[in-house]
Amino acid sequence: MTRKHALAAGLVVVLIAVLVALPLFVKKESTINLAILVGLYVSLASSWNILGGYTGQTSLGHAAFFGLGTLVTRLLWLSAGLPLPLSILAGGIAAVVLSLIIGAPAFKLRGAYFAIGTLALGQVLYVIVGDRWPTITSLPAEQLATYSILSRYYLFLAFTVLTIGTAYLLVNSRLGLGMMAVREEEDAAESLGVSALRHKLLALGVSSFLAGLIGGAFAFYHVGYYPQLPFGPIYSFDAVTIAFIGGTGTIIGPIVGGIFFVLLRELLALKLVEIHLTVFGILFVLVVLFLPGGLVEAWSRTRDAFARRLRKQETRSLPQEAG
Amino acid sequence: MLSQLPQNLVFGLLVGGLYGLAAVGLSLVFGVTKILNVSHGELLMLGGYASFWLFTLFGVDPFLGLPLAILLLVLLGLVLYKVVFGRMTKLGEESKIKNTMLVGFGVGIVFQNVAQRLWTADSRGITTTYSSSVFTVFGVRFPIVRVGSFLIALFVLVALHLFLKRTYLGKAIRATVEDWEAAAVLGISTDRVYLISFLMGAGLAGLAGALVSVGWSIEPTMGLEWTLTSLIVMVLGGLGSFVGTFVAGVLLGVTQSLTSFWMGGAYREMVALLLFLLVLVARPQGLFGTKEG
Repeated sequence: MTRKHALAAGLVVVLIAVLVALPLFVKKESTINLAILVGLYVSLASSWNILGGYTGQTSLGHAAFFGLGTLVTRLLWLSAGLPLPLSILAGGIAAVVLSLIIGAPAFKLRGAYFAIGTLALGQVLYVIVGDRWPTITSLPAEQLATYSILSRYYLFLAFTVLTIGTAYLLVNSRLGLGMMAVREEEDAAESLGVSALRHKLLALGVSSFLAGLIGGAFAFYHVGYYPQLPFGPIYSFDAVTIAFIGGTGTIIGPIVGGIFFVLLRELLALKLVEIHLTVFGILFVLVVLFLPGGLVEAWSRTRDAFARRLRKQETRSLPQEAG
Repeated sequence: MLSQLPQNLVFGLLVGGLYGLAAVGLSLVFGVTKILNVSHGELLMLGGYASFWLFTLFGVDPFLGLPLAILLLVLLGLVLYKVVFGRMTKLGEESKIKNTMLVGFGVGIVFQNVAQRLWTADSRGITTTYSSSVFTVFGVRFPIVRVGSFLIALFVLVALHLFLKRTYLGKAIRATVEDWEAAAVLGISTDRVYLISFLMGAGLAGLAGALVSVGWSIEPTMGLEWTLTSLIVMVLGGLGSFVGTFVAGVLLGVTQSLTSFWMGGAYREMVALLLFLLVLVARPQGLFGTKEG
């Protein structure tokens, strides 16, 4: 535990305290809603990042697990009358079970099989849920009467902290090192006794569980929506885009990406209706092509370049001073 | 009810031919260049719109206009390759697959949204004077536009097969698939082979889309489903076997139509996924692929 670590830990605690106290200063409901959206996208991208960023297994169907969380939560909580926490937990567990059905066969082979499988899974659930539950799911009147935006805000805050915290603890553990070794070079990792399959399944399970929980929070938050909506490919795309724009395989990347995403989307939505998807699509392609480390890398590059220039100036100016 | 069974089989067979055609395009590009173009379905969608607008604005017959639709998509493919995909050909195989897949995902979203802005989200189809013509065999209806599409798909695949087996360029493409380094040493310009394969893939997508717009219908969001279908058919058929890919496409078409016949339309997609998982577990090289494929 160096001083730098202590400083970072202190900063995190202060940041969380500020976010907890936020509703005391901010009374406008639209701002709280914006904060909820930031929480949703930051946590969704962070949960994707555990699997896609740290373990190198690109999922193109993250929405399947997120969506299943929303569906199970709404069914158990509203239709079956179970308590909310239990319903959300069940949603997370359902997402894990579903993910392993795809993951176990697809991970046995390399290459793009897992990506194809998850892409297909997302689409299949999207179509089936749209067919099976074609009408809007709405919160019942007694829920609406007591609807409080603050409880939603705190649930999202809790899940965002949980997701980022889990990601942080996981990637700084022995298991996390194994995950990254699998990402970098699967054969080398295997030869050192790291089971690639086991680490991939672990990352998949954790990532899906978190996505399922976040889905539960979404189900608690949204007043009315088509059950199909959260299964839509756009949620998978958003998770991947945010992680990439921020920087995959870093803890801070999805956080930066999520904030950037929500704010830019708000900005674009004010001026141009629904063009944000095109903008993000192009931005995403550019990042993958030219800036694989995302905004995080861009920042560290500019900082390094700046520091180098500063040092150069110092060394150049030193002899002059001496002379 | 049961008398509808042969009819469903025929419809499944006819659409399956297009699955095969779409998958062969994807498989050709992937096999040669290792570019996994998941915007293949969006290219197909754009081919459909090319044909639709040629017919609607200029009265070009959808079948006579096929070369034009193909040409437009080849041009788009050229731009796409030069601006985006061509930049990634020098990467190692695994990261090439991954990066092209991600980029394709982004490109697909862009195309889909641009199409939606330009042409609305409405589902469209081409209605010609002969669109409703049908011939009947033993009480089973064969719409002539769909039969025509199937035959064209079959013809193009045979032509493609012959091209790869008989011509110099075709042999160069196959040599690049076998071992690109050895091919390069022997004087084959792999860059050109990559470009040509990618353009052929785009053209095949354009053709498939144009055929879909005549016998079926098109909409901006159709791309993802077609990409998936093509991917799954490619895996089912196994790499390196176009005949296998085409047969797998027809099989999937028939299986899907039987599923929607018995269980309802929403479950067609699920069958594709189940087949995909089953093949991964039982026969990873695909139904018709070779062990190495």
